[in-house]
Amino acid sequence: MELDSALLSRLQFAFTVSFHIIFPSITIGLATLIAIWEGLWLKTRNPIYLQLAKFWIKPFAISFGMGVVSGIVLSYEFGTNFSEFSRITGPVLGPLMAYEVLTAFFLEAGFLGVMLFGWQRVGPRLHFFSTIVVAIGTWISAFWIIAANSWMHTPAGYEIVDGVFHVASWWEVIFNPSMPYRFTHMLMAAFITAIFVVLATSAWQLKRDPSSEMARKGLSMTLWFALILTPLQAYIGDLHGLNVKEHQPIKLAAMEGIWPESEAGAPLLLFAIPDQKGEQNHFEIGIPKLASLILTHELDGELTGLTSVPADERPNVAIVFYSFRIMVGIGVLMILVSLAGLYLRRKGTLFQHQAFLTFCSYLAPSGIIAVLAGWYVVEVGRQPWLVQGLVRTIDVVSPLPAERVLFSLTLFVLTYSLLFAVYLYFMRKLILKGPPPLEKLSEQLIGVKAAGYAAALAKHPKPVHQEAN
Amino acid sequence: MELLSELQFGLPLFYFLLLGFAILMYVLLDGFDLGIGILYPWFNTDAEHDHLMRSISHVWDGNETWLVFGGVILFAAFPAAYAGLLSILYLPIMLMLIGLIFRGVAFEYRFKSNRSRHWWNRSFSIGSSLAAFCQGLMLGAVVQGIPQGAINLSSLQWLSPFSLFTGLAVMAGYALLGCVYLTMKSRGALQQKAARYGQRLVIFVMLAMLLVSLGTLLLQPEIRSRWFGSWHTLVLMLLPLAAVLAARLLFIDLGRVQQQYRTGQPVQAIHESRPFWLAASLFLFGFCGLVVSIFPYLIPPKLTFYEAAAPDGSLLFLLPGVLIFVPLILTYTLWGYHIFRGKVEDFEEGY
Repeated sequence: MELDSALLSRLQFAFTVSFHIIFPSITIGLATLIAIWEGLWLKTRNPIYLQLAKFWIKPFAISFGMGVVSGIVLSYEFGTNFSEFSRITGPVLGPLMAYEVLTAFFLEAGFLGVMLFGWQRVGPRLHFFSTIVVAIGTWISAFWIIAANSWMHTPAGYEIVDGVFHVASWWEVIFNPSMPYRFTHMLMAAFITAIFVVLATSAWQLKRDPSSEMARKGLSMTLWFALILTPLQAYIGDLHGLNVKEHQPIKLAAMEGIWPESEAGAPLLLFAIPDQKGEQNHFEIGIPKLASLILTHELDGELTGLTSVPADERPNVAIVFYSFRIMVGIGVLMILVSLAGLYLRRKGTLFQHQAFLTFCSYLAPSGIIAVLAGWYVVEVGRQPWLVQGLVRTIDVVSPLPAERVLFSLTLFVLTYSLLFAVYLYFMRKLILKGPPPLEKLSEQLIGVKAAGYAAALAKHPKPVHQEAN
Repeated sequence: MELLSELQFGLPLFYFLLLGFAILMYVLLDGFDLGIGILYPWFNTDAEHDHLMRSISHVWDGNETWLVFGGVILFAAFPAAYAGLLSILYLPIMLMLIGLIFRGVAFEYRFKSNRSRHWWNRSFSIGSSLAAFCQGLMLGAVVQGIPQGAINLSSLQWLSPFSLFTGLAVMAGYALLGCVYLTMKSRGALQQKAARYGQRLVIFVMLAMLLVSLGTLLLQPEIRSRWFGSWHTLVLMLLPLAAVLAARLLFIDLGRVQQQYRTGQPVQAIHESRPFWLAASLFLFGFCGLVVSIFPYLIPPKLTFYEAAAPDGSLLFLLPGVLIFVPLILTYTLWGYHIFRGKVEDFEEGY
């Protein structure tokens, strides 16, 4: 079999970007949670909040580190593997990414040092400020990169001059039709991902130590957040779906598994085996007319199907179809868990219900899996286009020798597999180690200037938290 | 109209200079922390390694951001050069990225590990060395030029004795920056070690700069005629002269640090910190020499910066962002360094 450098480049990009998105999904939400806990601690002086912040800052730090190193790869990969794409879309996408670096990356990196290592170097307020800046930095970063990505789905505000994209309106480029939906959907997804990581860990800690105040607080808070955010996310997802129907009907057809040129009263398929060649599904199980009802608000509403475009303009239906079901399935599960949590809370048995706690502890990776599945829907669903309707992926790949791409892909697979195992190992280690004890925390109030710090330092010539590093 | 045409040349020139600034900032900042990784095998005990890591664990991330900044400025302002350069230099870029990954994660995992610590030491030093070597290799490849024929992406034209040598030279330069940073941030035996290595590295780096300059002049008649051939020569000769003077003072300062320690005197602050700025100025002079040699090319001898420039609309859109945020970034970066001022021994706290 001859190696295809275009296919290898696409695989490499898919692999490296999939690996990367895991970490921002966690850190966007976790930075926000840590900022909330630190703020609550400053406000109430309840040391449980400080314990939560101090406990989660370590998993945050290793996740952030993984995000940084895997993110640098991406900023170069456009040029190395998709050189023609970079050349023709650079005038549009380049400035967006430059703004991301200017307004977010430097901000995060600049204040991260203080957030992680500055507990004794700055006062508590300045430390809190640094944490907030890091959190906001992660949101700004998401804003720009989602703007760039959304433009590739719903390009707007451009004109093509000599085969190169020029910008006619920056406002239309940034706030392109799918951007507001994708941005809110992704930001919420990141919050929910982190919430479920904390929720699962707290449930697990409660099982081990039913008296842990920190685990109770962690579980209780994240269940409240989940109760509000997961239904809201379902609603935003629905709006996003309507936006896809309007702008990328073929992607929507792949998501719903609709083959006819157009179908009135389309069923909501719960399961099917899409057959790309035969242009039909096998073993369909569905709820009649529900897809039409959801997407057009009419029982017999018309939906565009896959065969309305030639076969070479359709995405891989099976990947899109299944990924979509995985994402939605996890979303529904999250809503049910939040409701169950509310029910148990009302009954007063939330912290004792072993079966519920056990189930929750398995949900740690649920958000990450949903995010990945969601992105496969989005990205695979756009194929064969790289810029919807304008640029085909296959036409803009660098004409590299295949063995060179195979070499780098192999390196990435080996490196990232190793690193992922290491990451899980250290996450486990940090969680097993548990939080810093309350007595230690109360001794070492934040800030050299804080009363009591000097005394604590005198008692322990080496700062007590040194071992924590 | 005249204003407009000036703008059309001026804007790309502004971004060309901004790109140069980003690269220089990257080389100086990540230079010293990559350099510490390169020096790592010459420090032996766990305590020394702890010290080395602690001295940079709060800044490496910010330093590396300048690399991303350089990359996106190239992408935004000169898309054609970004596309061409990166795909031609595919292998060294990929190897550099892998190196940066291994050294970057070592910061987080080394301090949290016990049994696997020696693996993270290796990961840090090999990763740093590989990244630095690849950067030097790419520098050499760009300086020696990428002729029309070599645009063919299967060419290995970037791999030459010259580029291999520049790879080693950049490693030595970064190691020098690492030494002078450690001299500034340490006390006692470790500072002495850094100063001693630093002195040797100054000599090596100066020799390497000489050889690279001679090699460039011999191999490339165009660059030769730019440096020698008109009254410019007199002005341009100030660059190597300044570099020699800076290197001499640097060597003396590092010697003083050792002498004062031997004779039991307190080491004077000026001799501890000035070497860092002198080494940085060496890099600055070298970098100016590089710009003189390749201006106005981004991919010599083919693609100039004004040919590769993005349309004015894109350059103008980015302009306010650059003008507002770059000074802001420099301010809070300085603030960050200020927060962690002083010797590494004095801030052992973690998170």
